Amino acid sequence: MAKFADHNETFSLAGLQQGTFSSVEWVTDLLQRIERSDKTINAYISTDGEWALEQAKAADQRRASGEAGPLCGAPIGVKDVLNVQGQPCHCASRILEGYTSPYDATAVSRLRDQGAVLLGRLNMDEFAMGSTNENSAFGAVRNPWNPDFVPGGSSGGSAAAVAAGSAWAALGTDTGGSIRQPASFCGRVGLKPSYGRVSRFGLTAFASSLDQIGPITQTVSDAATLLTALAGHDAKDSTSLKQAVPDYSSALKGDLRGMRLGLPKQYFIEGMDQEVEAAVRQATEQCRELGAELVEVSLPHTEYAIATYYIIATAEASANLARFDGVRYGAREAGSDPLDQYGKTRAAFFGPEVKRRIILGTYVLSSGYHDAYYLRAQQVRTLIRRDFEDAFKQCDALLTPVAPTTAYRIGERTADPIQMYLGDIFTVTANLAGICGLSVPCGFSSADLPIGLQILGPAFGEETILRVGHAYEQSTDWHVRRPPLWAGTAS
Amino acid sequence: MSDPHQPEIDVKYVAHLARMHLSDDEAEVFQEQLEHILEHVRQLSDLDVSGVEPTAHAVPVHNVFREDAVDASLPHEQAMDNAPQSRQGLFVVPRILE
Amino acid sequence: MSDAFKVSIGLETHVQLDTRSKIWCGCANVFGSEPNTDVCPVCLGYPGTMPVLNREAVRLTVMAGLMLGCEINRYSKFDRKSYFYPDMPKNYQISQYDLPLCLGGGVEIMVDGQPKNIRLNRIHLEEDVAKNNHFEGFSGVDFNRAGTPLMEIVSEPDLSSAEEAFAYLQALKQMLVYGGISECNLEQGNMRCDINCSVRPAAQEQLGTKTEIKNMNTFKGVLRSLTYEIKRQIDVVSSGGRVVQETRRWDDEAGVTRSMRSKEDAHDYRYFPEPDLMPVVLSEQEIEGWRASLPEMPTTRRQRFVDEYGLPDYDAGVLVADKAVADFFEAVARDAGNPKAASNWMMTEMLRVLSADDLEIADIKVTPAALAVLIRLVDEKAINNTGAKEVFAELVANGGDPKAIVEAKGLAQVSDTGALNTWVEEAIAAHPNVVDDYRGGKRAALQFLMGQVMRASQGKANPPMVLQALRDKLDS
Ligand SMILES: [Mg+2]
Ligand SMILES: [Zn+2]
Repeated sequence: MAKFADHNETFSLAGLQQGTFSSVEWVTDLLQRIERSDKTINAYISTDGEWALEQAKAADQRRASGEAGPLCGAPIGVKDVLNVQGQPCHCASRILEGYTSPYDATAVSRLRDQGAVLLGRLNMDEFAMGSTNENSAFGAVRNPWNPDFVPGGSSGGSAAAVAAGSAWAALGTDTGGSIRQPASFCGRVGLKPSYGRVSRFGLTAFASSLDQIGPITQTVSDAATLLTALAGHDAKDSTSLKQAVPDYSSALKGDLRGMRLGLPKQYFIEGMDQEVEAAVRQATEQCRELGAELVEVSLPHTEYAIATYYIIATAEASANLARFDGVRYGAREAGSDPLDQYGKTRAAFFGPEVKRRIILGTYVLSSGYHDAYYLRAQQVRTLIRRDFEDAFKQCDALLTPVAPTTAYRIGERTADPIQMYLGDIFTVTANLAGICGLSVPCGFSSADLPIGLQILGPAFGEETILRVGHAYEQSTDWHVRRPPLWAGTAS
Repeated sequence: MSDPHQPEIDVKYVAHLARMHLSDDEAEVFQEQLEHILEHVRQLSDLDVSGVEPTAHAVPVHNVFREDAVDASLPHEQAMDNAPQSRQGLFVVPRILE
Repeated sequence: MSDAFKVSIGLETHVQLDTRSKIWCGCANVFGSEPNTDVCPVCLGYPGTMPVLNREAVRLTVMAGLMLGCEINRYSKFDRKSYFYPDMPKNYQISQYDLPLCLGGGVEIMVDGQPKNIRLNRIHLEEDVAKNNHFEGFSGVDFNRAGTPLMEIVSEPDLSSAEEAFAYLQALKQMLVYGGISECNLEQGNMRCDINCSVRPAAQEQLGTKTEIKNMNTFKGVLRSLTYEIKRQIDVVSSGGRVVQETRRWDDEAGVTRSMRSKEDAHDYRYFPEPDLMPVVLSEQEIEGWRASLPEMPTTRRQRFVDEYGLPDYDAGVLVADKAVADFFEAVARDAGNPKAASNWMMTEMLRVLSADDLEIADIKVTPAALAVLIRLVDEKAINNTGAKEVFAELVANGGDPKAIVEAKGLAQVSDTGALNTWVEEAIAAHPNVVDDYRGGKRAALQFLMGQVMRASQGKANPPMVLQALRDKLDS
């Protein structure tokens, strides 16, 4: 379609709003792009083109009748961990084979209410467990900047699709960095809202006290638009807070005058990738130029965060994933009695990383070890929360790297789980503390792989981090760079 | 965290608690990996946490209730649609021996 | 039971709460629906679903705690208890571990005419599980019951005989029904209990090894299984053996308890705080408000029946034993303006009918209003006692309006002196010997003549008037 020759307009909702193209035209073009790009990156587990076009048609009608909001007709991909009525929800696992969801996740129904078009189901690490998107029963996702590298995880499909131009935006989930890290590895914007900001109802739980749904987008402004639609109290999620939802777009002011931004010294560590450190330092300088005051702060319990996170997350996961037993839904393997059947079903259809985490989580809760591991981790979680409370007394937001490195080569870290886990050091703390975090592109390595800047804000401080992210983004051009795959797929 | 040098996790037993059969090969790999992970995790015992309240929820909210009102249930056919096996309107499992 | 042994029994009683909807979702909390029709993604444990706590389930549990003298925890929370079983939709049960809603308290029972307090350890709130059905070659699960609010009342091992356990359950049931906490309908599984039982030589301080009898759903079963189990344990110990700590199953047909798996899996419930539910914090004000709204308890009501209606203590006790019977009585007493007569009717006719046909008072066709009308008819002498009994029988059989029945059956009492005099004169004329006996000082002869008159009137004659007329004639 000539209209989308360079494909850049399609990343602004303005085209829809101004009538340059219709949602049906946009979705038609995207479905072709998905087909082409997914041969390389494998971002989608499934698409339902007919259904997507139906939604697009309805959105166009709604827009024509003049009652359309900003998201009407916007094509969005959904991570395979979110329930959409009438669609499968595999969580990238074989154990949910055959399952069709009878209901919509609240985040999904809020997008639908606005007239957004759901394109398909995005690949991910099985049950959101992983940092590379190599743990998927539907095959690894590849990084659009270089298919020999991982896109990050667990929302790897979401980040790769947005980076490759095969979705306008995508929903991801973040339990320990699963939105921010793949957004960073793929050179896009990723927002993890504060715990309780977006309803988790319909999100297949990995770790209930850490999970949050958020957008992966091309720009900070798009993230603000999506958060405005997603956020707010939901009676079906007891942990969603009754806080008013501001119009996040109006928080994007363009400069950082009068803001104090903290640099946590524990987040600029030895052994960090030099190029990453240089790019992030450069970004902090840029923020200073935009009017912010930089202060050094301390988050003294950072070194304990990985241990704390992997105890709490796996403990909760071991219970959350107990329901997959092949009785009410999903795949089953025959057994001689119910418990034998469970043992065989769960052995046959869970992947290795999921099994590893279920075992770890079961262990840290088990009799004799509960207090030493689980209870202690909960106590350390309190210390980590306090670190942030203290830090936010000294500054409005924190600037840090998203990850110590750029994207890994496929297969590079699969053999040693602990090395993989340690890569989450800068992201897990936000989930433990319940605060919000934003990942924005801030440069490239010499290998042409994206680097991300993380902006952390206090709980329910999304306006602050969006303002910082937006001001920084607008003063750079990292976010408008396109991966090689993008050009290759343009029609 | 008793003796830091003693492998304390019995992967096969823990997998049994989680109702997940493991092959011998799997058990061997997991045993080594999990010991390695636990070695790292054990650093938490360095911290003095006496008197520190545990955090179970990231937000301090209480008393979230629903009112006692009946909503529509799932139509029976839809409830059974996802069942791997059903009979007489019931979800089938191998016979439970009491 | 042998005096050489002491018995210690503790009960964990599960009571389904009388809410409209389930504990975490809006599915109806009802009994007897077609399998898997009162289910939704939440109570089927679908991926992505979350529980939201039913406020009424909390209120009812706290009300039960207040009735039973528990201390109410101001801060309470929910925990996940992990174990895999087909009746568990999530393979963990949401329950309360270290901070239940209620702590302590007690239940008073009567033992040999003396009150005995059975201490409670705690009451916590949790979700009921699904129901497994067993067939040839497979089992099938019905999730209608899954997510029914369930209160678990844990007693201390203060019960020392099967009879005490039985009395404890009855007392508990009576109070819970009084409080509107649960219907405690045993047929519908509203009340089920697990029994912990141990014996020890009388001289021994420390409790003996206990066994657990799981999932009893009738009080008679509790009585019988404990009678058996106590004897079994005493036999084991007496013959030099040791009781094995294990779970046993009651075989009702055979009348024995049986060991369930010989090597049962060690349970490791891996409790941890439920991340999807926020803690419950109760204010002083709220708890005191609920305390003030507590319904009258049976013992208080019994005393009030004595004080207010002048009933004998025994009668008051009988009437309050069943809340529905007591409610019925009070309605009749109020309407009829004659508590004494209301009590007499309840104690004799009503309870006889209920026990003869094994009925609940709710099942009976007589309404309190109808019985009150009947009492008024007697009081107004519009009908005599014989007639009243006939009307009552008709009310039991078919219900209806007592006045209409009196009319239809022609039971109106005859107080017309003309008719009475005729029957009296006929009776005197027909039995001259009896008349002589009476006049000779045999007072009982009067009763005979009275009977003759009543028979002649087909029971409709007003008895005091007949008596008066006979005396007038014979003594003149
Ligand atoms: Mg229980
Ligand atoms: Zn339900």
